[in-house]
Amino acid sequence: MMLVGNIATVVLVSLGAVFFLAGTVGLLRFPDSMTRLHALTKADNLGLGLVVLGLLPQVDSVPGALKLVAVWVLTQLAGATVTQLVARAVWRGGGRS
Amino acid sequence: MTPATLYGLCSAVLVGAGLYGALVNPQPLRKILALNLLGSGTFLLFGVIARRGAAAGLGGDPVPQAMVITGIVVAFSATALAVALLLRVYQETGRTTLEQPAPKDVV
Amino acid sequence: MSLAVLADAALVLLVLGLALWINAASRAFPAVVGYVAFGLLLALAWLRLSAGDVAMTEAAVGSGVTGAVLIAASVRLRAAETEAPPLAAAPPALPLRLLALLLSGLVTAALAGLVLWTTGPAPSLADQAVQHLPGLGMGNAVTGVLIAYRALDTLLEKVVLLLALMGIWSLAKDRYWGGIPGPSRIQPTNGALILLARLLPPIGIVVAVYILWVGAAEPGGAFQGGAILAAMWLLVMLAGLRDAPAISRPWVRLCVTVGPAAFIAVGLTGFALPNGFLSYPDSIAKPLIIAVESVLTLSIAVILGLLVAGPPEQEP
Repeated sequence: MMLVGNIATVVLVSLGAVFFLAGTVGLLRFPDSMTRLHALTKADNLGLGLVVLGLLPQVDSVPGALKLVAVWVLTQLAGATVTQLVARAVWRGGGRS
Repeated sequence: MTPATLYGLCSAVLVGAGLYGALVNPQPLRKILALNLLGSGTFLLFGVIARRGAAAGLGGDPVPQAMVITGIVVAFSATALAVALLLRVYQETGRTTLEQPAPKDVV
Repeated sequence: MSLAVLADAALVLLVLGLALWINAASRAFPAVVGYVAFGLLLALAWLRLSAGDVAMTEAAVGSGVTGAVLIAASVRLRAAETEAPPLAAAPPALPLRLLALLLSGLVTAALAGLVLWTTGPAPSLADQAVQHLPGLGMGNAVTGVLIAYRALDTLLEKVVLLLALMGIWSLAKDRYWGGIPGPSRIQPTNGALILLARLLPPIGIVVAVYILWVGAAEPGGAFQGGAILAAMWLLVMLAGLRDAPAISRPWVRLCVTVGPAAFIAVGLTGFALPNGFLSYPDSIAKPLIIAVESVLTLSIAVILGLLVAGPPEQEP
């Protein structure tokens, strides 16, 4: 059982890291601010979700698991709002980066 | 090389970088940033000493850690006051420096 | 080389890279953003040094609230960045820069030599700190040091916060004395920000009270909880849902002073007991400490929020 949990952790956290890498590549390679924001929010939120899922087998109490999921939900909330604010500022500024 | 030593070397470089930035940057806001960098480096050095004093089942000596917490809060209040002074000088004089302009020659 | 050392080396490289970026960035706003990221990475470094309370304080106060003040300042000073002398100071000449580089290099070398030369266990007060914790009913040694052993330092730190606040308030123009901080009233027009300012504060308040409560036994405490409460208040003010309070309002003055006042009151009653100023009698130590910490958290939250809001710039 422990082995299955550890394997799941390694696979899911690695997958999450790949998504973070994809988001960073998008940040560096996309041409303007809007597309870069798109890459960041989508890839990073999914990456964080996979990392949190991968860490769940390592936690041995339900409150700890709930705290990890709460971290993911709060990060999504804050990230979505900040993305909206940055996109609004870019839109108002005429599309400059 | 233990992790504590690695972070100790990192803190030494941070102190040097903060000192250089505070001396060389002409703008006061960048000086304040560099001084914060200097402070963070010093706190990290405290943390390394605390880590080396790990005993009694704790991961680090709690007294330097408590001093660092106090230091971080005091550094923030100093930064807030410095920034408020800078903004006030800018508001009053339109300049970000306290150097007096050279007196114009009276013809 | 173990994986942990590789991870530490990667973190150190990132931190040093950000430090160089803060010095080398051409404009102030990217440098401030770099400073906020630097503070968060430093919080990770603190976790690697087994200092959970310091990591939380660095993330909340060192990176978060300081970042808010610096971002506001960099935006207001944006026009002044491209000024030339005599409106701005002149950059120093090359010999002066080389001298500064030499001096900084010497300081770095001295500190690095100190770190490398003094290996091995440092003289530690951990044993004595842990020894007296059960009498206070606490499990977290750092909170014990802050509230009980070095309570005088914490009291003076609160007084320093108060003095900084009074210093900032005294920078107001005469006709704005007692007025509202901030250049103008913020209108609630930004839907996303209003949504966040309605959703996040209830969660933030619960998290802050939890961190204050659990600080007795695990990493946490009054400063971290107070910083989170201040952040929630600042979020509500930034969204325009509530105006910043006029500093002449009685509740502002009361909240700001009740923390240090309660601390001093508890400390003075210590004179009546044989142990002297700021000592806690064993029987009621835990409830007394919790009471003092709660009042302290409220005071810290209000002071931190007002420090970020700045001097009054509108009529009361």
